[in-house]
Amino acid sequence: MNTVKEFIKVKGITKYFGGSDKPTLEDINLTINEGEYIAILGPSGSGKSTLLRTITGLIKPDGGEVIFDGQKVNGVNPYASIVFQTFALYPWLNVRENVELGLKAKGFPKDYTRRKAEELISLIGLDGFEEAYPKELSGGMRQRVGFARALAVEPKLLCLDEPFSALDFLTAENLRTELVELWQEKRMPIKSIIMITHGIEEAVLMADKIVMLSRNPAHIVAEIKIDLQHPRNRKSPEFEKIVDNVYKLLIKGKIEESEDDKLSKSINHSSEKGEEVEKPVQIPNAHVGVMSGLLELIDDNGGKMDIYQLGGDLMMEIDDLLPNIEGISMLNFAQVREGDIFITDLGKEFVEADIDESKELFKNQLESISTFRLIMKVLNNKKNHTMKEEFFKELFKKHFPQHELEEIMDIIIAWGRYAELFNYDYDSEELYLENEEVI
Amino acid sequence: MKVEKIVVNRKFGVLDIIIFLAIVSVLYLAISPGIGGNVSTTGIQVSTDISNLPMYVLKSVGRMTAAYILSLIFTLVYGYIAAHNEKAEKVMVPVLDILQSIPVLSFLPAVVLGLIALFPNNNVGLELSCIILIFTGQAWNMTFSFYHSIKILPKDLKEASDVFGLNKWQNFKKLEVPFAVIGLVWNSMMSWAGGWFFLMACEMFTLKGKDFRLEGIGSFLQTAASEGDKKALAWGIAALILVIVLLDQLFWKPVTVWADKFKIELTESGEAPRSFVLTLLRRSVIIEFFLEKIYEPIAEKLNYCIDKLAVRLSNKEKSERKDIGFIVKWAVKILVFGLLLYSGFNIFKLLMQLSKNEWGRILPAVAYSFLRVIAAQIIALIWTVPAGVAIGMNKKIANILQPIIQVVASIPATALFPVILIYFMNKLGGLNVASVILMLMGTQWYILFNVIAGAMAIPEDLKAAAKTFGLKGWEKWKVVILPSIFPYLLTGMVTATGGCWNASIVSEYVNFGGNTVSTIGLGSLISEATEKGNYPLLLVSTIVMCIVVVIVNKTLWKRLYALSEEKFKIEL
Repeated sequence: MNTVKEFIKVKGITKYFGGSDKPTLEDINLTINEGEYIAILGPSGSGKSTLLRTITGLIKPDGGEVIFDGQKVNGVNPYASIVFQTFALYPWLNVRENVELGLKAKGFPKDYTRRKAEELISLIGLDGFEEAYPKELSGGMRQRVGFARALAVEPKLLCLDEPFSALDFLTAENLRTELVELWQEKRMPIKSIIMITHGIEEAVLMADKIVMLSRNPAHIVAEIKIDLQHPRNRKSPEFEKIVDNVYKLLIKGKIEESEDDKLSKSINHSSEKGEEVEKPVQIPNAHVGVMSGLLELIDDNGGKMDIYQLGGDLMMEIDDLLPNIEGISMLNFAQVREGDIFITDLGKEFVEADIDESKELFKNQLESISTFRLIMKVLNNKKNHTMKEEFFKELFKKHFPQHELEEIMDIIIAWGRYAELFNYDYDSEELYLENEEVI
Repeated sequence: MKVEKIVVNRKFGVLDIIIFLAIVSVLYLAISPGIGGNVSTTGIQVSTDISNLPMYVLKSVGRMTAAYILSLIFTLVYGYIAAHNEKAEKVMVPVLDILQSIPVLSFLPAVVLGLIALFPNNNVGLELSCIILIFTGQAWNMTFSFYHSIKILPKDLKEASDVFGLNKWQNFKKLEVPFAVIGLVWNSMMSWAGGWFFLMACEMFTLKGKDFRLEGIGSFLQTAASEGDKKALAWGIAALILVIVLLDQLFWKPVTVWADKFKIELTESGEAPRSFVLTLLRRSVIIEFFLEKIYEPIAEKLNYCIDKLAVRLSNKEKSERKDIGFIVKWAVKILVFGLLLYSGFNIFKLLMQLSKNEWGRILPAVAYSFLRVIAAQIIALIWTVPAGVAIGMNKKIANILQPIIQVVASIPATALFPVILIYFMNKLGGLNVASVILMLMGTQWYILFNVIAGAMAIPEDLKAAAKTFGLKGWEKWKVVILPSIFPYLLTGMVTATGGCWNASIVSEYVNFGGNTVSTIGLGSLISEATEKGNYPLLLVSTIVMCIVVVIVNKTLWKRLYALSEEKFKIEL
């Protein structure tokens, strides 16, 4: 740890997708030293995997550069390999052939290829399965093949793209421990590991440093060093403290972001008389059912809950939980402070109301959100009070990230339908107002 | 059998029209050398002596095999380029789409005249044209399937091959072809069956008043029917069925079982298909010896060479190609434009030769053929839908009947056509009805297979729900069965109507027992023009048929497809 040697330098990486005005990655700067295990943490859709693919050279950035071991990355980096979330094994090749894939591509002699594959298969604990096809293996064993394949080419950099998230808990934990052991014992000639994850505990358990990304566009919110000794104990107070801190940082980043949106919303609201076009706020991927469930839970818990604890109680990944928390705070049913969530009076009223009343409350709240006001304005102004979904997508394209547009539109429609604000015809893909809804 | 047809979701635009014109020009250019000249036949006589049958059958199978290999090579090359070169793709995909709608048999005069001019003194030209004609009936759907497979390659598998540095050849061999295998195998089987259909027509035909014959099972059957030799006819059909069944069991079945290993699936499915022959082959000592000592070393050497080549090519590509590319591009553009202009002018001249009388025949011909196609489809629907649903809803029956139906279906309708003619020629409505029957026999199976597949795919939950709600009779059909099978039915019908148009060429105008018999129709016009060497008429009627097929595809089928995607796709 005394002589820190710089290994990878990410300089001002920016990347746009699909003609969108908003970059997915914006001015990312990051230094990775030799011997470091980095975890990149961020909500889904934050561009984590785009960043990883830029570092490996699979994606060419629109701006900035990546310096790898003193050289600029140009094209696919031959010294990096990836372990994929979906394993990405070739189903028609058996275990040995899959592991040999990279070696053969690099043109190594046949006996070396064979020997190296054997060695890796043995290292990763798959002896006896050399001739098996991936479909004959369990998920955990398949990912072992993924690791063996990635390690066989003796990469300097090992990239892990959420490698454990498709596995069940026990299998994943087992594989995590083994990987950390291999890494700690330096049994692999790797200089650094970059792991993408959305699991906070996973990151704290394995990495030396957590790099936290925000989304839309992604930039680095925080870099957190973790100095705990391996093997780390999930139940130890030090561990839990770090996890709790990371949670707070993550939630703070998220909620501050939507506070910004709220601000611009209210500003726009005051200038509405000037017939200015309102800027629609992005609706989080929150489901009405989950939101009211959360509210009830908070209410039962005395109106206040720790978000980390909430995630644990519900067995929900932070990725699925956060949008819903964002949703209820956007609707003013709850408030977030310092990693805790409080139910508001309005939220209490919502929980205690019967179906019709709660719908009415929901509707009132929606009418204060610029996105929905915009939709209502359009529908009210049209003679037949009907408008193509496509039209709104075009309208929102500038404000929301391209790849999430579809999803956001679905959520908007789901909320609007629940509140009986407007209706939607699946076949014609149109939003419309029922007669009595016309204002 | 699962019949797949990929309908490309594109809008029909100016580019398509240009491409269409270009294809017509090529067609014209191919015919043009033969327009003035005379053709002579090679004078081969087809005997109906049963002792000749084995030889004839072998020759026919040889033609089919040659055509299939040609199709496979075309598929891999064309599909690969179309999928990888964005600029080429813009032209290549519409070309394929239009070629798919062109009636294969209209190519006949063009191909035959061109090749006979090349080999004037022997029957190589004739053999080749037969092979090429079968090829034109086989290649397109296979190519589409391969192209489509490459396009939908899972992103992570592609990324894996990038990260591990696979070169183009390794990528092709390890990823693209394996991924495409399943689609290719199913489409190959469909093409193979289609090949038999055209083989029957290509081994014996009349062009410009001259008879062209090749020795084969198709010409044997036609000759036997013409001579009224019922014994020879029976033997011929028996031999044909035997060959089809044998090939199915000895070749296609093992191939489909082998292809199963290329399925992308997360878990091992319960019932993997089995083939006795493949198991036997896999256990055979001789085969193992052959693979280990002969095939593998050769394949390795070859692979090594291609690997080297691929590496060298990809290095070269980066350095050299720019400056020459520019000149070549413009040269090609000018050349294409010139050719288009030249042939366009000539086509126009050719069309002017067409008399008013002949122009007047086209519209009624379209109407008649159209009605026949519709009639054939309706009759097919009436029996295949109930039968298919009955078979598909009962897995036990399906497992027993499916292989049997497959064999029956693979008997080419054109082989049985002479038999039908014998019965229908003088009574029972004549050729008008016989023609509909041929269309029906040739195409009903596509619908049946798809309906069975659709009925088998109805989720058990939906069936159980229908039962608990006491749905019966029409109500059950309306709510559960028809919506579930709709997408499958549609796929079957698209393929079937395409087949009907081709069948009309064979069935509306026939030589039978030394006489020519015909009925009004577009297919009849094409056949007549072919036989008499009336090229203007041939060109016009072919173009009209293409236009009709394309219009029906782009309006009716495309819309129904959109509907079925939206509404009737079962996602649970």
